[in-house]
Amino acid sequence: MTSLTGTGALLRLAARRDRILIPVSALALTALSVGSAQATVALYPDAATAMKELGPVLASPSALALYGPATTTSLEGLSIFKTLLMGAVFVGLLAYAVVRRHTRIEEEEGRLELLGAGAIGRQAPLTAAVLLAVIATILTAALSVGGLIGIGFDPLGSLAFGATWEIAGLAMTGVTAVAAQLTASARGTAGWAIGALAVLYLLRALGDTATTDAGRALRWFSPFGWASQVFPYGSNRIWLLLPAVALCLGLVAAAFALLERRDLGAGLLPARRGRTHAPRGLAGPVGLAWRLLRPGVLGWLIGFVLLGAVYGGLVAQVDTMLSDASVQQLLADMAGVPVASLLASLTGVYAATVLRFMAVAAAAAGIGMVLRLATEERATRTEAVLTTGTGRWRWYAAFVAPAAVVTGALMVIMATVMGARGHAALAAAPPVGQVLQGALEAVPAAWVLVGLAGLLAGWSPRVAPYAWAGLGLAFVLGEFGTTMRLPQWLIDVSPFAHVTVYPLGTWEWGNVVGLSLVAAALTVAGGILHRRRDLG
Amino acid sequence: MAVIEAIGLRKMFGTTAALDGLDLTVTQGEVHGFLGPNGAGKSTTLRILLGLLRATGGTSTLFGHDPWRDAVSLHRRLAYVPGDVTVWPNLTGGEIIDLLLALRGGRTEIARTQSRRAQLLTDFDLDPGKKGRSYSKGNRQKIALIAALAPDPELLLLDEPTAGLDPLMEQVFQAELVRTRDQGRTVLLSSHILSEVEKACTVVTIVRAGRVVESGSLADLRHLSATHVSARLADGRVVDAHVPPAEVAAWVAARGPGVQAVTATPPTLEELFLARYGDTAEAPTAADEAAAPTGRRGRRR
Ligand SMILES: Nc1ncnc2c1ncn2[C@@H]1O[C@H](COP(=O)(O)OP(=O)(O)OP(=O)(O)O)[C@@H](O)[C@H]1O
Ligand SMILES: [Mg+2]
Repeated sequence: MTSLTGTGALLRLAARRDRILIPVSALALTALSVGSAQATVALYPDAATAMKELGPVLASPSALALYGPATTTSLEGLSIFKTLLMGAVFVGLLAYAVVRRHTRIEEEEGRLELLGAGAIGRQAPLTAAVLLAVIATILTAALSVGGLIGIGFDPLGSLAFGATWEIAGLAMTGVTAVAAQLTASARGTAGWAIGALAVLYLLRALGDTATTDAGRALRWFSPFGWASQVFPYGSNRIWLLLPAVALCLGLVAAAFALLERRDLGAGLLPARRGRTHAPRGLAGPVGLAWRLLRPGVLGWLIGFVLLGAVYGGLVAQVDTMLSDASVQQLLADMAGVPVASLLASLTGVYAATVLRFMAVAAAAAGIGMVLRLATEERATRTEAVLTTGTGRWRWYAAFVAPAAVVTGALMVIMATVMGARGHAALAAAPPVGQVLQGALEAVPAAWVLVGLAGLLAGWSPRVAPYAWAGLGLAFVLGEFGTTMRLPQWLIDVSPFAHVTVYPLGTWEWGNVVGLSLVAAALTVAGGILHRRRDLG
Repeated sequence: MAVIEAIGLRKMFGTTAALDGLDLTVTQGEVHGFLGPNGAGKSTTLRILLGLLRATGGTSTLFGHDPWRDAVSLHRRLAYVPGDVTVWPNLTGGEIIDLLLALRGGRTEIARTQSRRAQLLTDFDLDPGKKGRSYSKGNRQKIALIAALAPDPELLLLDEPTAGLDPLMEQVFQAELVRTRDQGRTVLLSSHILSEVEKACTVVTIVRAGRVVESGSLADLRHLSATHVSARLADGRVVDAHVPPAEVAAWVAARGPGVQAVTATPPTLEELFLARYGDTAEAPTAADEAAAPTGRRGRRR
């Protein structure tokens, strides 16, 4: 028996278990890329008109930081500008989900032990997971390529678009394979893998917005940087797939090396001895929930502070961009403001855009915290708490309340850092108070999704993970709904469509109160469902 | 006084009936064995009594209260140990025990049970300083047992609590059961370890397919069950049969005057249970005669 025996069987089993996740993700991402491309093409008669409208937006630092550089000035290139790297992130997340699901989660839940005792080689499970992830991302990329060619786009450019996505897919496959070996928990794996994704994306953003050659070189340290340099429908540098393949192979080889060094179910770091008595804080459901949530919250906090500092620093770039008088006039006309207040309004738009994106990330943090409730129940640990004098409402609230607070706090902290740093870099940039106000205005939208997670976790631990689908859908509808020319009522389903951060400093009370009420209603409904159903 | 009273409990999971009109009465001071084959509905019953599941039909009370509505106040008076304890991987055993104690009564509960906790840790030989994920199955079981036994609750609901314990620890657990019984506290113990039930339980209930097939004291159960008798006849043939205890003498007399030797063995507890676990619910009372020289017939299925 070799260490790969049984890979085929495991691969079939894994593919069967993911027979919904993978096709649905692939189709959804194809709909995103092809749909918005088609809508953009239909909107503009030719590239020149499109460039006139979109050009200034594309060159703004916020667009550079979030979406990457525009690939070309052709209409095809412009039409995929928003979905290219954002889609690549989603493809990376798909690879991450597949690898983590079939390695660490299987191991944590003890199923791998059952399989491992059979005629299954030591390296087979990881190999099967990696293969499935690669197959899933290739399928996703290929569907998009086919769709783009189908709507009459240049085949070579479409292929380059697929290559861009696959670069992210390959990179995250490797990253997750390594992350799954580092810690003994599926949660730790998630932290390492998603943390790496964020850092890599940030490296690219820093590189793409840098004004010096040394700064721009940063993008080559990130696979997302490579992805941003493929330029579909432009120079079509499909060969950039090669370093991604090499990276993936290298990381997977590293993962195998780590796997050889550790025991089944363990991480690389040995478990240490701990206290023999509970500390003062661990004396009730709230203390327990906080203890379980704390490491994750710490990770999010570090991420938000860093992002605040980086995005705040980018504000200064707006200034350098605007040295040309004709560009100033053009942008001022577009924004409908006099040239004198151009800087203020541009930096305002920039801050508002960043805040909208950060609200999505904050919602993700909150959802993750609420879903811990479902994780505890699936692991049958909830039973121990609920049979020792803790009511169901208290247990539910012990997760949902911190989630809501942390969601808001992350936004506040990030806005404070970004506002302070931005204002210090450029006096015309909005002051901290205004940025903070904008952040607070975006929080209720994030709360709606946290509330949705509460509702689903309250309903059943099995449906709870669909809160992630809810977040993805809300993000896509809110961010791409207009580009994809979807009907307005559908776009309005997304809470993010009702976030009116810009102009900063003015409250849109109707939206704030409305979203907060929806969030509260969802949360309470989740608590009622949780109270009324069978547990465990 | 009835501590647990369940009448006509029904529980449906989709279309399968896990409980189908189950009646159960546990009175104060009883160590009540709760037996039955796999999938009979024992865990389901306990989980309904804990207010974790909602019964589809029937009524149940604990200390006269509804376990679903008054779950929290009832849980302060009882403790539960499942057969498959899962623990928080990054909390140590000591932390988990303290946490479970604190959940029922705050930090004062930890203080109150301090000496008992220390004693149980010694008795069960558990190292409280290890992280949850590094405990073996039996040691996880001990964590839950210590957290349940330390507060000396009025009622213990135990669902195969000793699954995975070694024989030495099994003895420690037995001693704890006896201690509980001596203090007049109540235990409902679901178990597949018949010797455990035989030693500690005063009353047993046997369920099958969601219904009770037998309930009563062990002595009664024995009394109702057939005795295995065999006789060597005048011609050297050996015959045997299962007959009710009251009919043993009559059976022997019916073998005729030439009987050379007679043995009468009351059923072992195992036979007693196995007979009731099987497909046919009736206890083996019929005098089924057999003339085969080898005699004995197993009742295992
Ligand atoms: N959550 C559930 N969903 C569906 N069916 C269930 C569920 N829980 C239990 N059942 C079914 O209910 C029946 C009773 O199960 P239960 O766990 O109560 O049996 P048990 O007597 O405890 O068995 P064991 O001795 O194996 O522990 C079984 O047929 C089981 O398959
Ligand atoms: Mg059971």
